[in-house]
Amino acid sequence: MNAVETRALSKRYRGTWALRDCTLAVPSGHVVALVGPNGAGKTTLLHCVVGLARPTSGTVTVMDDMPAGSEQALGAVSFVAQNAPLLSHLTVEATISFTATLNDSFDTALVEARTEELALPLKRRVGRLSGGQQTQLALSLALARRPALLVLDEPLAPLDPLARHDFMGYLMAQVAEQRFSVVFSSHVVSELERVADYLIVLTEGRVQLAGGIDQLLEEHAHWSGPAEELGALEASVPVVYSEVAGRLARAVVRHAGTEPPWNWEDDPLDVEELVLAYLRTPQARALPGPRSPAAVRHRGPE
Amino acid sequence: MTLVRDATPSSITFRLDNSSGVPPYLQIVHQVEHALRLGYLRRGDQLPRVKDVVASLAINPNTVLKAYRQLEQKGLIGGRPGQGTFVESDGPVAVLGDLSALEKRLVTGWFPDAEAAGLDEEGMRALFMSAMRSFHARRERAARSRRTRAPVKRGIAG
Repeated sequence: MNAVETRALSKRYRGTWALRDCTLAVPSGHVVALVGPNGAGKTTLLHCVVGLARPTSGTVTVMDDMPAGSEQALGAVSFVAQNAPLLSHLTVEATISFTATLNDSFDTALVEARTEELALPLKRRVGRLSGGQQTQLALSLALARRPALLVLDEPLAPLDPLARHDFMGYLMAQVAEQRFSVVFSSHVVSELERVADYLIVLTEGRVQLAGGIDQLLEEHAHWSGPAEELGALEASVPVVYSEVAGRLARAVVRHAGTEPPWNWEDDPLDVEELVLAYLRTPQARALPGPRSPAAVRHRGPE
Repeated sequence: MTLVRDATPSSITFRLDNSSGVPPYLQIVHQVEHALRLGYLRRGDQLPRVKDVVASLAINPNTVLKAYRQLEQKGLIGGRPGQGTFVESDGPVAVLGDLSALEKRLVTGWFPDAEAAGLDEEGMRALFMSAMRSFHARRERAARSRRTRAPVKRGIAG
């Protein structure tokens, strides 16, 4: 089952293309990190997935063939927009009961337990909570709908390091218990490795890289060797990014299992290096890239 | 702000070193093995629930499942349905005594050879780590080609 599937998805705002020809098949049961520079189209992609934006062309479905934005899809998907917009004049208590009445099924006990854990004052107006507290409240409201797919736009941005850890710890514990799919956008690349197990890199409105993180890390490596042999290397294996300093060449390669030449050193990559290598080379999407959606379709989570 | 409210009593906590280059699941495996070797963990001890590890480290649940699966395959731990995951071994197979022959080969063979080749201690360490990484990469690659040939059956109690 695919949590998110897009086919040739494009979105134009007036004269500008925010998304171009994005094709994705994200299997359910994953925690998906959507990364890319500012203005890459991350928010637009998420808005298309949750049904807040209508594609200019192409299709988006969630949780196996529910059209994004359909009534069925709205029931299965929870979305927390950037900066967690809540009604600032309502108290915490009123926000909870208001959200409960707006939703057919709503786990009020879950939110109450969480607000108690976070020591959020129930009588305080939401507008007077800190940005971090508002994000935490919005997350628990979204979780209380018991979604099959939770979509978060830059959830970590307003949080300090401790709150970030606590937020992600809580979210991951909920995932462990309830087994729903998560898609979140972020430009904090260094923290993704622990949390996400599926990666989408978006640049200039296009999908540059998509896949399970374990598999992507297995297929890529950091090779270093003699600078004069870089050309020959590039002819034999897809090089995502390379740099030369003096006699030493360093290359991030998508080797997909091939051994490096005997005099090249082979080191594993971490997620941050992988993402940076692709972001530094926006044209690297021309590499033998993500497998076709049809091939990915039946791969379950690890 | 307390994180773990309803944690079951467990005998070990984990920490992750982001800069070590060792995959997080492997760090958990190593920490359990280390605790067994040093006697901090003993047969019958309960490991923390997946949910509690995940909450305290803020990591993906699959990471913990993968670590526990590997420990189970090594025969060190086992899942008891409805109860949790428990230590089922008195320690990793290689205890320190068995390693003395290996250590001797390093001390009388490899180290002198490396010194003769002009390496200082830092150089030896670097060579050792680099060889270890190649060894790891090779093993991962071999495991991958095995996996593509025969899909492995997976499953462990959360």
